[in-house]
Amino acid sequence: MSEPILRTHELTKRFGGLVAVDKVSLELHVGEVHAVIGPNGAGKSTLTNLLSGDLPPTSGTVQFENRDIAGLPSDRISRLGVGRSYQKTNIFLPFTVFENCRLAAQSRAPRAWRVWRGAGVFGDTNRQAEAAMEAAGLAHRRERVAATLSHGEQRQLEIAMCLATQPRLLLLDEPLAGMGPHESHRMVDLIRKLSEGHAIMLIEHDMDAVFAVAHKLTVMVNGEVIESGTPETVRASPAVQLAYLGGEDNLHG
Amino acid sequence: MTPARTRLFALLACALLLALFPLFGGTFYVQLIAKVMILAIFAMSLDLLIGYTGLVSFGHAAYFGLAGYALALLGPKYEAASLWWSLPAAMAVCALFALVTGLLVLRTKGIFFIMVTLAFAQMLYFVFHDTKLGGGSDGIYIYNKPELKIGDFALANLDKIEHFYYFVLILMLAVYLLLRRVLGSTFGRALVGIKVNEHRMQALGFPVFRYKLASYVLAGALGGLSGYLAAVQFGFVNPEILSWHKSGQVMMMVILGGMGTLYGPVLGAFAFVLLQETFSNQAWFGSLAKHWQLAMGGFVVLVALYLPRGLAGLIERKAQPAVEEEEKPKEKP
Repeated sequence: MSEPILRTHELTKRFGGLVAVDKVSLELHVGEVHAVIGPNGAGKSTLTNLLSGDLPPTSGTVQFENRDIAGLPSDRISRLGVGRSYQKTNIFLPFTVFENCRLAAQSRAPRAWRVWRGAGVFGDTNRQAEAAMEAAGLAHRRERVAATLSHGEQRQLEIAMCLATQPRLLLLDEPLAGMGPHESHRMVDLIRKLSEGHAIMLIEHDMDAVFAVAHKLTVMVNGEVIESGTPETVRASPAVQLAYLGGEDNLHG
Repeated sequence: MTPARTRLFALLACALLLALFPLFGGTFYVQLIAKVMILAIFAMSLDLLIGYTGLVSFGHAAYFGLAGYALALLGPKYEAASLWWSLPAAMAVCALFALVTGLLVLRTKGIFFIMVTLAFAQMLYFVFHDTKLGGGSDGIYIYNKPELKIGDFALANLDKIEHFYYFVLILMLAVYLLLRRVLGSTFGRALVGIKVNEHRMQALGFPVFRYKLASYVLAGALGGLSGYLAAVQFGFVNPEILSWHKSGQVMMMVILGGMGTLYGPVLGAFAFVLLQETFSNQAWFGSLAKHWQLAMGGFVVLVALYLPRGLAGLIERKAQPAVEEEEKPKEKP
């Protein structure tokens, strides 16, 4: 197996007495969708925040492409090649779809001192934005103001903005939240397609979707990893069935 | 006609009107409009912070006053200073003050940011009010207006109100065009992004602190430009130009005119001063004229209630101040 693009070692986050993430060690590889599942409050979102730099870890290490990124601010981590989407839609509501993506792409070539040129004249930035919209299936909504999009489309835009930053690792925090079956299906296809060139960590409650796309699964309960491995291993794990899924049926459901 | 072109024509028409005004207006009114245009520069510089970066500064008078004191203290006492060095020096002092205080205040957010900017401005106020540095509460006279010369040739004589008027008009237009340009650039787009969703900007990889600091310094320097011009016009500085009243007034101009539009605050400056002149006119309002602030307060409340987007909201119906026109060309009027 290839070198992991990201590796955590005993990553821990404490909030006062609460241990939200407890000694989590995992590896993410390019070409792989690694799903992290677990009941609410298991620490999945906190784990994402530790990897993206939204929160500093209490202890443990995060190696991204052989570089220790634990505790770096989120903008640094983003520029190194880690993109994330948010569980609660986090976009620029008053801007058009294109401007949302263009601004995201601009972060790769900020040109902050080129104050005499209009922001729209830079071909590389525009192309990245267009490509991201295309990939996320939003090209037909180019000129729409983000606030007027449907919920599902806003979720797609969330992914498009993430893609426009050209990350090598994607951290997707519940991309299917609140989506209808049709939209979910499209998103699952998109995630599968993206997994070819990216490493993806997927946090998701929709088990159908998880088992449809994930190559690896990590199950968290109360901040701890109770099982990690291929979908088959996890499905067969008595610990998982006991602690989280409550019965074999749910795994197939 | 595209909105950008409409705006260009409107700008040219207003510039022409203002350029022709001294041919008809009496000296009093030429003085008054020059004062308004200086305040318009001041208001535009604050709009960069409030309307485009999302930084509600309640201490912007610091730059207005500091530049005036810089001219008074750095210039020779009984001769005219040269504008070529005194103006950049005054603006540089303001930029430096913004840089140093910005490193601190920009670490705070929301109500704390408002309080801390106010605190720094008040500190400056008391430095000049309570020490002999700037003549205490009496202030300092600036006996000679700065010279605008190339070699021995005077480009303009700022003692003449018409010359001064046109000088200010040119600078106001220059500041407007400069800020338009800056706001349309990648830097400007990033600022608006920060205003709308700072957290996401950071997550996308923008070092938002540096962007905010750059905006803060630019706003401080341009605020300094207006303060310098005001000191030149009135020929003296005193601590009042640093006080929180001044910060509050310019904030009212920005809100009255419509923040985040750049031309709105210019309209706001005109509306504010002209209303002030009207409400305080004894011939019209008799003994009530003393209480012009009451009427002004009522007016501001009405605008806040019925024109949440300010006077500019009357002109622009579309509710998208932050997105530049080039990106929504297919819009119906």
